[in-house]
Amino acid sequence: MSSVSIKNVWKEYGNQVILEQVNLEVPEQSFVSIVGPSGCGKSTFLRMLLSQEKPSRGEILIDGESLADEPSAERGVVFQRYSVFPHLTVAENVALGLEFEQSPWLGKLFGKKKRQALAEAEHFLEAVGLVEARDKYPTALSGGMQQRLAIAQALIKKPRILLLDEPFGALDPGIRADMHELMLRLWQESKMTVFLVTHDLREAFLLGTRLITFDRPRQHAEEVGFYGATITYDVPLHASDPLKKQAEQFEDVEELTQSSANLSNPSHRDDPVVDVAVAK
Amino acid sequence: MRRIINRKPDRHLSLFLALLPFALLLLAYVISSEVRLAENPSDKLLPGLTKFSEAITRLAFQADQRTGDYLLWTDTLASLSRLASGMLAATAIGAFCGVTIGLIPMVRCGLSPLVAVLSMTPPLALLPILFIVFGLGELSKVVLIVIGIAPFLIRDVALRVQELPSEQLIKAQTLGANSWQLAVRVVLPQTWPRLIDSVRLSLGPAWLFLIAAEAVASQSGLGYRIFLLRRYLAMDSILPYVAWITFLAYLLDFVLRKMQDKLFPWFAAERGH
Repeated sequence: MSSVSIKNVWKEYGNQVILEQVNLEVPEQSFVSIVGPSGCGKSTFLRMLLSQEKPSRGEILIDGESLADEPSAERGVVFQRYSVFPHLTVAENVALGLEFEQSPWLGKLFGKKKRQALAEAEHFLEAVGLVEARDKYPTALSGGMQQRLAIAQALIKKPRILLLDEPFGALDPGIRADMHELMLRLWQESKMTVFLVTHDLREAFLLGTRLITFDRPRQHAEEVGFYGATITYDVPLHASDPLKKQAEQFEDVEELTQSSANLSNPSHRDDPVVDVAVAK
Repeated sequence: MRRIINRKPDRHLSLFLALLPFALLLLAYVISSEVRLAENPSDKLLPGLTKFSEAITRLAFQADQRTGDYLLWTDTLASLSRLASGMLAATAIGAFCGVTIGLIPMVRCGLSPLVAVLSMTPPLALLPILFIVFGLGELSKVVLIVIGIAPFLIRDVALRVQELPSEQLIKAQTLGANSWQLAVRVVLPQTWPRLIDSVRLSLGPAWLFLIAAEAVASQSGLGYRIFLLRRYLAMDSILPYVAWITFLAYLLDFVLRKMQDKLFPWFAAERGH
């Protein structure tokens, strides 16, 4: 729903440069996948989009306006872990966003208003397939269900921008494939602009309308720290892109092999690296 | 033969093992008491079991000749009401100050060094001051308990609040929460069960301060009574009182634990991980 422009953004801690010269124009309704090696500042980048951190230089604009300097309801987020509230049931977790909005003092609704909020939450639970679990506490849910809950919780605020920080990283491949379908469907329905940070290249190709990579162009040991990472590749991905097809096939194949591998060896949960870029 | 670390007692054996030390202690007492009484029948140090039951009957079920009170119960009521008011006040202070210190950086910078210093002041050293300021009545005893355990509760709650994953606080903000809503809907509800844990830990010190204050200046209370009876070497009354105090402390701890399970079912599940 919103366009995002990132203008010459730098991030430094002391004289450590983390990110430098990051420039990016993201039109509305984009799905931007962000990949890169560990420690290259992808998550820092996402935290800046969230206003959890401020850029040292440069600026970030949403629809031409400066970013609010603290997290706000226009930008939803799903983290890899700890995104849901353990003391609230599934339905209460989702309704919480409405309660904050409608009850400024207690942050809690009662009676008819509460029922309305829970009814609305129910729609979002349906969208992510959690209706059955509505009265459970998050600790009773599997990892995949918790992430679906976190997504429903974020969507009820109808954010213009959704930020995903490795949301599916801790999930089994089969469940991850389901989550990919869910995410694509929700994105198409809601017209949000999505930023997804991931370690999984296949996921990045499959979901994104655009893939960007962060990396440090200078790799010498003595230079690391003085030069930060920046955007090294910026690949547009059309729905018809052969790479997307390939990623989809890999996902199907892996779902099969992984489920049989899991049967024979339950301890094997690591995601085998399938480098789609090489297949190009 | 399995390693001893892998051998676990079944239910009956666990119960037996749990009761065994108590039974041995009792046995040791009875034997020592017999030995001493055989030597000197008027020995007051380790009275026999019949002496105890007489003393308990006198204190719990017969009205005191001077005041007409049933001493054990009036003492218990006096002590428990002091303890309860002190603990409730300290808990309220701990929750309020702990959450604000843990959640709001400006308050944390302003107050946490002060709390750290205050928590190092020995509360009993403040008792004379409390007696001077608040008089010898109920208030000074309650205040001693509050001063004794509130700093610990504040620091503990503040630490627990800071331990909450930052993701949760960020998420709440993206759901539109202001600071107040965040405190009352996200932080405080998650603080209560943890606060019960720290209240349980501070029950011991709370009893210590209560008994000390009662011993120094009081006209009623369990602590007052045992220190009074000490003058008469009345071990037959003192020991049952001590056992009763221990039982009350254990009972309070048990009630708090059950309350935690009942009121915060999500907490047990979360801690199980």
